[in-house]
Amino acid sequence: MARVATDITLPDRLGGWGVRWGINRMHYTVAAGLYAVGQPGSQSPVLVSANYKLTFDQLRRELAGRDVWLLLLETFGINVWCAAGKGTFGTLELINRINRTGLPTLVAHRTLIVPQLGAPGIAAHEVKKATGFKVHYGPIRAEDLPEFLDRGMEVTPAMRRARFNLRDRLVLIPVEVVQAWKPTLIICLLIVVVCAFAVRDFRFFSLLPVGLPPTVLYLVALLAGSVVTPILLPWIPGRAFSLKGAQVGLLSAILAALVMGSTWKVADLVALLFVVPAITAYFALNFTGCTTFTSLSGVEKEMRIALPVIILAFVVGVVVWTVGLLT
Amino acid sequence: MSPRYLKDVVTLQLDEERCSGCGMCTQVCVHGVFAVSKSIAHLVDRDACMECGACARNCPVEAVSVRSGVGCAYAVWKSWFRRKKEGGEVGSACS
Ligand code: SF4
Ligand code: SF4
Repeated sequence: MARVATDITLPDRLGGWGVRWGINRMHYTVAAGLYAVGQPGSQSPVLVSANYKLTFDQLRRELAGRDVWLLLLETFGINVWCAAGKGTFGTLELINRINRTGLPTLVAHRTLIVPQLGAPGIAAHEVKKATGFKVHYGPIRAEDLPEFLDRGMEVTPAMRRARFNLRDRLVLIPVEVVQAWKPTLIICLLIVVVCAFAVRDFRFFSLLPVGLPPTVLYLVALLAGSVVTPILLPWIPGRAFSLKGAQVGLLSAILAALVMGSTWKVADLVALLFVVPAITAYFALNFTGCTTFTSLSGVEKEMRIALPVIILAFVVGVVVWTVGLLT
Repeated sequence: MSPRYLKDVVTLQLDEERCSGCGMCTQVCVHGVFAVSKSIAHLVDRDACMECGACARNCPVEAVSVRSGVGCAYAVWKSWFRRKKEGGEVGSACS
C-alpha cells in the first residue's frame, strides 16, 4: 500500500493543465489499489474513487491533513462518472478490489464512501451482500468532501445535486475547441478546393482573397458554437442545444454581414445566413456530451430532427456561395 | 437549478407497487427526480432525468427501470453506425 503526498507539485499542475486542453487526456492514470492519506487506522473512513490522475490529485488536495483510506478502482484512467457509465467503475470491480487489497482486515467498520456520480455503475445492495460493506454515497464534488467528513459523513441536499454553473462550463471549453480540429480540417480543405475551382488558379496568393472571408467566417461560427453558446447556455431561449446554437449563429452571421456586408455579393450574404447557423448548431449539439442534464433519449430525438436540417442548411449555403463565386 | 432539457422524452419508469420506500433512488439521483413520501417513492421531476441509470441499478427491489446511456451527441452518432454493423449498445463514447 502506498502513502500519499497531499501537496500538489508543479509537474502535477502542468499535467492537469495539459489534460484540460485535451493533450494526453485519456489514460492519465495512477495505479489502482489502496492508498493511505495521512496515518489512517482501523476506524478511518474509506473513500472509493477512480484511478484517474486528475481526480486523484483533487482528492489528495481536499484530504490534506486528514487520515483516510483511498480505494482506487481500475477505470483505466477514466473519471468516475464516465467509467460508471461504461461499467468499469462497477460492482464487480469494487468487490474484487476490496478483497484483493485486504481492506476487511485493515478497517474495523464496514462503510465505504462512494462518490454519488459512481452510482450508475455500483449496485450498493450487491456490494453489501458480497462483502458486508455498506455503500454510503458521498457528495458529487470532491470540494465538498471536507465539509462532508466534518459533518460526520452527512450529505447536505446541495452536495447531492448536479451543478452546471459558469465555472463548470468554462473548464469544458478548451477540450471542445481542440476536439473541433477534424471538422475544421475538412472545412478548410473544402474552402481551398472550391476557391481553386472558382479562380482556376492554385497559387496561394490568388486563393487568399477569395478564401480568406469564408475561413474567417468559419472560425466565427466555430467560436460561436463551442465557446459563446456554452457560456450563455442557460440564458439562450429554448431547450434543444442545436436551436440554442442556431440562434447564436444567426446573430453572429447578421453581425458579420453588418460589418462586412457592403463589399459582399448577395450570394455571399445568403450563404452566410445559412452556413454559420448550421455550423454553430452542430457544435452546440456536440456540447450535449459535456453536460450533466441531457438524456440519451433526448439527444437521440434532437439529433433525428436537427441533423437533417443542419446538413441541408449547410449544403444550401455552400452551393449558393459556390454559384456566387462562379458567376 | 440546472438547466432543463427536452420534455417528455425519458424512458424512466417507476413501479410504485414494488417500491419498499428505502430511499436509495433519492440518494443516488443528481437531479432530484424522486421523493419518498408515505414510504413510497414518487417521480416528482421526471423531465429532469438524464437517464444515467443510477436509480435502477441501486433499487434493491427493481422497482425502477430506465434505458440508461450517455446524453452525448457524439456517442449517439457512433452508436448509429455501430448498431448497423453489430447491434452495439448506445451511449458510451467518452473513452
Ligand atoms: S436515471 Fe439518473 S437522473 Fe434519471 S432518475 Fe435515475 S438517477 Fe435520476
Ligand atoms: S430505491 Fe426502489 S425501493 Fe427504494 S425507494 Fe426507490 S424505488 Fe422504492
